[in-house]
Order: sequence, then structure tokens, then C-alpha cells
Amino acid sequence: MMTDMTVATPVQALTKKDFESGLDVRWCPGCGDYAVLSQITKLMPKLGIPRENFAFVSGIGCSSRFPYYVQTYGLHTIHGRALAIATGLKISRPDLSVWVVTGDGDALAIGGNHFIHAVRRNIGLKVILLNNRIYGLTKGQYSPTSELGKKTKTSPLGNIDQPFSPVALALGAGATFAARCIDGDQAMMAAILERAAKHEGTAFVEILQNCVVFNDGAFDALSDKATRDDTRLVMEHGKPLIFGKERNKGIRLSGMDMEVVTIGENGVTEADILVHNENAAHSGLAFSLGQFESPDFPVPFGVFRDVDKPSYESLSQQLSESARAAKGRGDLQRLLNSGETWTIK
Amino acid sequence: MSNEPVKARPVEELDSVVIRFVGDSGDGMQLTGTEFSKAVAKAGHGFTTHPDYPSEIRAPTGTLYGVSGYQIQYSTGRVFTSGDAPDVLVAMNPAALKTNLPDVKHGGILIVNSSAFTPGNLEKAKYASNPLTDGSLQGHRLYAIDISTLTANALTDSGLGKKEVGMCKNYFSLGLMMCLYSRPVDKEITDIEKKFAKKPKVAAANITALRAGYAYAEATEMFAVSYQMRESTPVPGKYRSITGNTASALGFVAASEISGVPLFIGSYPITPATEILQELSNLKHYNVTSFQAEDEIAGICSTIGASYGGALALTTTSGPGLALKTEALGLAAILEIPMVIVDVQRAGPCTGIPTKTEQSDLLQALYGRNGECPIPVIAANSPSDCFDAALEAFRIAVKYMTPVILLTEGGIGQAAEPWLIPDVASLPKMEVKYRTDPNGFQPYARDGNLARAWVRPGTPGMEHRLGGLEKDALTGNISSEPLNHQIMCETRAAKVAGIARDFPPSKVEGPAKGDLLVIGWGSTYGSIAQAWQKASTAGKSVAFVHLRHLNPLPSDLGDIISRYKKVLVPETNLGQLSKLLRERYLVDVVQLNKIQGKPLKVTEIYDRILELC
Ligand code: SF4
Repeated sequence: MMTDMTVATPVQALTKKDFESGLDVRWCPGCGDYAVLSQITKLMPKLGIPRENFAFVSGIGCSSRFPYYVQTYGLHTIHGRALAIATGLKISRPDLSVWVVTGDGDALAIGGNHFIHAVRRNIGLKVILLNNRIYGLTKGQYSPTSELGKKTKTSPLGNIDQPFSPVALALGAGATFAARCIDGDQAMMAAILERAAKHEGTAFVEILQNCVVFNDGAFDALSDKATRDDTRLVMEHGKPLIFGKERNKGIRLSGMDMEVVTIGENGVTEADILVHNENAAHSGLAFSLGQFESPDFPVPFGVFRDVDKPSYESLSQQLSESARAAKGRGDLQRLLNSGETWTIK
Repeated sequence: MSNEPVKARPVEELDSVVIRFVGDSGDGMQLTGTEFSKAVAKAGHGFTTHPDYPSEIRAPTGTLYGVSGYQIQYSTGRVFTSGDAPDVLVAMNPAALKTNLPDVKHGGILIVNSSAFTPGNLEKAKYASNPLTDGSLQGHRLYAIDISTLTANALTDSGLGKKEVGMCKNYFSLGLMMCLYSRPVDKEITDIEKKFAKKPKVAAANITALRAGYAYAEATEMFAVSYQMRESTPVPGKYRSITGNTASALGFVAASEISGVPLFIGSYPITPATEILQELSNLKHYNVTSFQAEDEIAGICSTIGASYGGALALTTTSGPGLALKTEALGLAAILEIPMVIVDVQRAGPCTGIPTKTEQSDLLQALYGRNGECPIPVIAANSPSDCFDAALEAFRIAVKYMTPVILLTEGGIGQAAEPWLIPDVASLPKMEVKYRTDPNGFQPYARDGNLARAWVRPGTPGMEHRLGGLEKDALTGNISSEPLNHQIMCETRAAKVAGIARDFPPSKVEGPAKGDLLVIGWGSTYGSIAQAWQKASTAGKSVAFVHLRHLNPLPSDLGDIISRYKKVLVPETNLGQLSKLLRERYLVDVVQLNKIQGKPLKVTEIYDRILELC
């Protein structure tokens, strides 16, 4: 696999092909993961980052096979810990573009703690969560995003776990960039991934991903051209939150809640519809949008939040710089000689 | 205090003394102890200290479980341990007296703050009658001194409140002890001025209390003699007092400075290891990045990430934390990347007794992982030795591309001793090479030491993938080939076993063959060394070896063992090294185990030696 990769390729000349490792991809035929791999490898040459400066880190699960298929530095680690490992890598090597590819089990069940803390710290990681709402690699048990009542091998009588909304969880943890898209909508995925790649701090992207084997059709209503206009809400910054085949449905604030209203009914006009603001200082409204669930609400797609905040690694570097400015570059002999000393003659 | 001229008291010369300061956490006895050891150090005496504090941060005052202590042994020569039994106990309340009295030498000195012996405090300490007056302390030399009142009287004009005045009694006690042990107070006064520079009133009060304590001891007729340590003749040079955790931190910075490679620490606070993270967090003007992780697992995982990125990376923990890091240790081992995991051991199992010392994680460090997962394990044997051990840990990690577990102990990490500060130029060299040549690069190709190459992300033309799945012995690509797996397991084992080639011949103290060989590891060093010395002087045919490396064991150890009739292994666990030696060398080891959260005493080992030869 390494044979033709021994020479550094100038950035400009790189193509999608240069980012494909050439290893046999072992996902099930028809798995939504293929689309994500294709969009990411397509995006990478466009970012102007030398290939050797990318690192992909993953944990365990179907999605975590990802690093093997991209021709960059890669670490396929242990279940749930990809974010903690990527955190150490990014803090010690801020020069690298570090991507974490994870799943709903890996990031939100066994790795939940690392997920909220990475997001809270705003470490400059690109976190791509492939949400298929099921455990695929272990062959079909419910996950933290499986819907209530879902029957799986470990919930034969129906799932009684309240599901997480990954986006809401990220926003609750203080995400500075949170977005959602779906495997079937390549154009939207491409646009969101590109924005995520350029975001400073943690960029969190949830991609709804169809598992053809264990949860096939989970997102059909959101992908089908026939239904999707009514089931999803595509958010655009500065534009009213309007959806529906007739573009006559919208989201309106009602007290501390949000509600779906129909423009033209009951005196509702477009002016009543909430205008999306990705840059709002408080993530409350974005959080509410993140909790929308079918069938009562449309499922929002696009960027929920995008705000500027210094990344953890930049603050960490600043600490070192100011320590050096204040105390001077450390000298080992002086350090050993410090503390409570005395001399015996 | 009387104004009559002070009568010169006879001075008794000492070779060694053990003093223990005890009181409530709020009595400041840790400070009295530390300051007293500083004064002793300046006189050139050797010393070892042992702080002993409860797990509760602020236990209710006067209770038996809230007692905090600080023990120091100092002497004319090198001091190996903080001492078996105190010659002197300075106790600030009934609970402190009650919990510590059984340890004090028969006929030892008790200096007791009688003001704290109120009915309430006596009841809290579960004393039926006042021990200061009921004659129960007759076997000791009791000095009941109204320390609180004397301190308060000295500070009537200090302008401080009652509570603040009460806090000054630790300096009163310090002054008293400095007088009794013939130490001058001038340097202490400058130290107080510096320490409380921002609170001049408090500084003045503490100085007054210190002087009052000194003057009281000088004037009172209570003490028949003062004591003076015989003069010491230590190796000339610059010394500092150092705890094991500080020494570890400095050793890691030294590894980074010598190799020119940035240091990364990713850790979660845990007693008694936290000070290493704290120390390194304060050294960012060196090439140090510190990261306080969200949990123990993130501690080691961030360390793995940083090591993958090319840093000298370490994580620090104690037993329960090491248990949490288990799976990630396996990842570090299979990735074959260099890093150091420090386990400052404490009494277990589970949460155990966090503030008490123990050597009971040896088997966890050696074997506590799934699959065949060899990891080198080394141990430090004293506070200052942590410095050398830290350097050695990184030397092995980098040379062999492997995680290394460094075992220290609460009793080492938080204890202090004098350290002859080394000259940086004399420290061992450490060379770190990253591979940058893509020609013929295979991620799992190995050098003569079976180490694979360290390649930093960012190196052009060498993009590759590593992971926790078994991998091809050359390319590193995922492989579940049966034979390849056997080759990989055997190679990882052979690599770690081969580290023993680096070790110098084991240092055997005593005769090259004889009746008894004592083998130790870790903090038992001091007690064993002293017990061995005593037994040798008594004409016993006994030798001793102390192990730095626990995995791999030194290759000459089997041969050494075979030259003695019996082998004794003292440990503060139920026999973990014994088990290892029996399994490895088929030798009938005699165990000496103590598991009380306390160090082994010299006499305990000495008595056992006498039983065996
Ligand atoms: S099991 Fe599901 S998620 Fe996993 S590879 Fe197959 S289709 Fe994709």
C-alpha cells in the first residue's frame, strides 16, 4: 500500500485520489459511510493543507474503520477514546489538521465523557459523528440515539432509553460549531464539511447515516425526494426557518418554546417566522432546534451554530509563551538548583 | 517567663533522632515539621521525612481520625528512613497523643500541648481520664506545656484575632524544638518574613511566637538537658530537600531538556500522585505542556496522542487510576509508542486508604492487561531516586518504543530527603531520532533492539496507519493471520525481555555468597539497607540486592540467588515480588510482609534476618 507514496507531493497537485489509501474498503455494500469517505477525500485536496499534516483518529465501530481508507496519518484506537487521544495529539501538535471519525455508540455511549469535554474545551478537532442509530459492528443492538420503542436484539420488547440528540448534546456542552447533514445529500455534506474544516476549535458534524444491514431505511423519510421537503428543515444563516413542499411552514417562537406554524393561516405571516442566526451568542435557540424530532417537528439540517472562540490549543500555547516571557526560557540547571537549597563545604 | 539569667544547661550529643509532630490538620504540624527539617538540613545533617495525613481534608477537630503527622529522622550520616519509633513526640491534642503514643520509644520524650486537654477534647479522643495527670504516661518523659496559652500571652499586642493567634502555636512549638535541639532561629525569621511578606502583621506574630517558644524552652527548668547532633561530614556540594513527586517531575523535565523533545503530561488528579501534575503545570516556561484530563482514561489517552505526535509523553496516577488505564495501556503496547506511566502506589484495593503507602500494585503493573501484553516496569527506591528513575523510564521508552510503568509510592512521593544536586552535564545522554526517510519505510520493521521507528505525523511521504488491531509484522496493516499473531506476540515479549541487556551488573551489598540474600524493591530500600548494615556488623552472612527493574528482571539475578542458602523478600504487600521470584527462579523465597499503610521498620527486617541466619 505504501509503494507509490514515498515522495511528498506538492499541495497544489493533490487530487481526491491522492487521499485514498487504496486499501479494500470493508463496509457493507450500500452503507452510508461510503458517501462520507468520498466527500472527505474530495474535500481534502481543496484545503491547501499538505497531506502529511492530516491525522485521522478513530475509536471502534463501523465508522472507526475510516482512517484505514484515507492516505494520511491515522490512528485506529480503542472504543470511545478517539477524542481523548486526538486531544493529546492536537494539543501537542497544533500544526496538524486532526479529524475524528466516530459513531453514535463510540462517541455518545462509551465515549460520552470525552465527547462533552473535548467540545467544552473547544479543542481544534473536526469531529464527524456518523449516526446510524444502531450498533452495527456488534450486529444490531440499540444505541444512545435509537428512538424510543425501537426493537433491536437487546430491546426485543422495545427500547425504553431516551435517545440523545447528538447536536443538542454538543450544544449543551458549549459547541462553537455544530451542524447536521445526511449521507444522501452530497452537496450539503460537502458544504458543511468544508466549513467544519475551516473552523477554529471543535467543529462537530452529525451525519445521519443509513446502516443497510441493521437499521435500513431509518432516514428514508428524510432522504426521499417525495417526503423530505416536509420532514426536514434546511437552516440558512439570516433566513427565516421555513420548510415544506409549499414553503409555507415555519418555526415561530412561542414563549420559551418553538412551534410549527403555517404561513397564511391564523394570521401568520413570514415576519412571524424565526430568522436563523448561527452566530447567536447564546446557543439556546440552536439547542431547541437540535431537539426537534419527527413527526411533530421537521428535522433541522445545516449549521446550528458557528461562533468564534479561541481554541484550547491556542490558549495553551499562549500560556507557554507568557510563562516564557515572564520567567525567561527555563534552564535545567537553574530548575534543579531551585527550592530549599544549602551548600556543604 | 523569668528575667533571671538563663542557666547553661548540659548538652547531650546525639547520633540520630526521630521526632514526630502530630496534631489536628489545622494545627499546622506539617509546617512545623517541614520548617524543622529545613533547619536540620542547613546544619548538613542527613534526614528523611514522612508526612502522614488523613484522607479527610478538614476532619472535625479533636477527632482520632483527623490526626495529621510529620516525622523526621536526622542524623550525622546518611538517613535511609524516617525512622521506626519516634524518640520524641510533639502532640498538640489528646487525639494526637492517643493515636501516636503506641509508636513512641519506651522512655521517649512527650511534648504535649496541655491547653488542648479539655474535657471535650478528652472525650473526643475517648480518654476516660486525663493522661497528663492520671499517671498512665509514666513510662515516658512527659513535658506538659500550656502551648496555646503561652502563645496567646506572647501575642496580646499583635493586633490579631483569637483564631489567628491560635494558628501561631505551630511556630511556638517550632521555636521550642529549635532551642531544645540547639538550632539557631535567625534563618527561620528571614523565611517567615519572606513567606508572609504580604501579611506583615501575621509575619510579626509568627516571629514573636517562634521567639517566645525558643525563650520558653531556654528559660524553663522543665528540661534538664538540650540536645545537639554530632557534627556531620556529608559530601560537599549544593543540596536541596526534595520529595519524590518533585524529583519525578524534575526528572521528566530533564529528559525533555537533554533530548530536546517537548514534554507532555496528561493526567487526572489523584492522591498521592497529584503533585507531579502540579509541578509540571508550573514549568511551562520549559518545553512542557500540561493537560488536566477529564478522567484517568483521558489522561493516558491524551498521552498516547501526544506520543504519537512525537512528544515525550507521560501520565501520572495511583492504583485505582492505573486500573482505569488498563485498556489504553494495551493500546500503547500494541502501537509500540514511547511513554511513561507513573503509579504512585497507595493502599488498596479499590479506593483503599488513599493517603497511606503500599507496594501492592506490582502485579497490576506487570500483568494487569488483556492478552499477552508485556510492559517494562521500574521502581524508585527513595524520594531523590525518583529523579534518576524518571530519566531511566524515558530512556527505555524511547530506545525500545514502548510504554514504561514507573512505580513509586506515597511514602516516597510525599516524603523528603536531601539531594546532592547533580550537574546537568553529568546526566546520562538521551538521543531521540524520528525517522524521516520514506525509502523502504515499513511501520513495523525493527532495529537491532526490536524497536520500530518513531515517525511524527507531518513527515512527508510516510503517511501510515496504526491501530489496536493485530497487525502485519512488517507493514502494520490489519492482520489476523494465525502465524503472524504468534510472531507479533513473541516479538513484543522478546523486545521487552531484551531490555535487560542494557542493565549494569546487579549491585550486591555484602558477601558474594552466604547464608541469606535479602531482595527488595521500591521504598523498602532504606529499611533493608539499615537492617542489613546492622546484621553485617553483627557478623551475619547476609547480602542484599535492591531491584530497580522489575520487568525485565536483571539477567544476573538467578545466578546471584543461587549463591545463598536462603532468600528473604520484605515488601509492604502480601508477597508480590516473592511470587514473581518463585515463578521465575523456582526459589523458596521467605516472605516478610506488612500491609498496614506504613513503611517496614528496620527492626522488623532485622529481627527476621536474625531468625534466618
Ligand atoms: S453494519 Fe451498517 S454501518 Fe456497519 S458497515 Fe454495514 S451498513 Fe455500514
